[in-house]
Amino acid sequence: MTTDLDAIFRALSDRNRRKLLDLLYLDNGQTLTELCSRMDIARQSVTKHLKILEDANLVATTWRGRVKLHYLNPVPIGEIYERWIGKYERKRLKALNDLKLALEERKDEQA
Amino acid sequence: MSKPDFMYVIYISTTPQKLWDALIDPEMTKLFWGRHRNVSDWQEGSKWEHQDYDNTETVDIVGQVLESKPPERLVITWADPKEADDESKRSKVTFEIDEFFDAIRLTVTHEDLEPGSDMEQGITQGWPAILSSLKSLLETDEPLAMTTRRWDG
Repeated sequence: MTTDLDAIFRALSDRNRRKLLDLLYLDNGQTLTELCSRMDIARQSVTKHLKILEDANLVATTWRGRVKLHYLNPVPIGEIYERWIGKYERKRLKALNDLKLALEERKDEQA
Repeated sequence: MSKPDFMYVIYISTTPQKLWDALIDPEMTKLFWGRHRNVSDWQEGSKWEHQDYDNTETVDIVGQVLESKPPERLVITWADPKEADDESKRSKVTFEIDEFFDAIRLTVTHEDLEPGSDMEQGITQGWPAILSSLKSLLETDEPLAMTTRRWDG
């Protein structure tokens, strides 16, 4: 199973869902009630938005007793980073490495 | 009941056994875990060490195996060797491996971290990269470049 990029971008395309992620970034592991007290939309809407974030694997949940805690899961965002930024960084590192080798070879020739 | 500080979930196309093995195989961790190896007999109560792959005398993390149920659940304590005797500096990491539809889900939770500590900062930067690289290695045989080198000096 590959990461479903459509689901991630769809999840990120909504202001309220981005706000939920921001709230979890500031204070990870919140209950639905805690999140609702910090949002100015109905509890039912918060539940709906959290479900979409969970389906996109941007929010992970765990139960502690009877309480469900919500966590920001940054792993899929890391995969986006790798796809559009990390790959290019690798090329740049390779270019620098090639340059270093070329320069070292020249030094060897001069010696 | 303590509440996890961080929780990471990643879906990987592999088998539970391959994923379990990857967490403890030095030739795999070398590639996705910043050129380190995890050394233990992985029995409950045993010690474990997170060592530099090339210089095994350099130990960066130490702890104890609290639970070990291959290939489903591994719970370890986690501390800087210099602070390992101080209980308040000891944190706990749980790896859970389960099947989720056609993929394997790896859930990593980290709890009892000291807020604002260097350890907490390192953790939040470290886990997402390590897990993405582990996925990449298991699915494509290629780790991510950022995790094949040591991070610290």
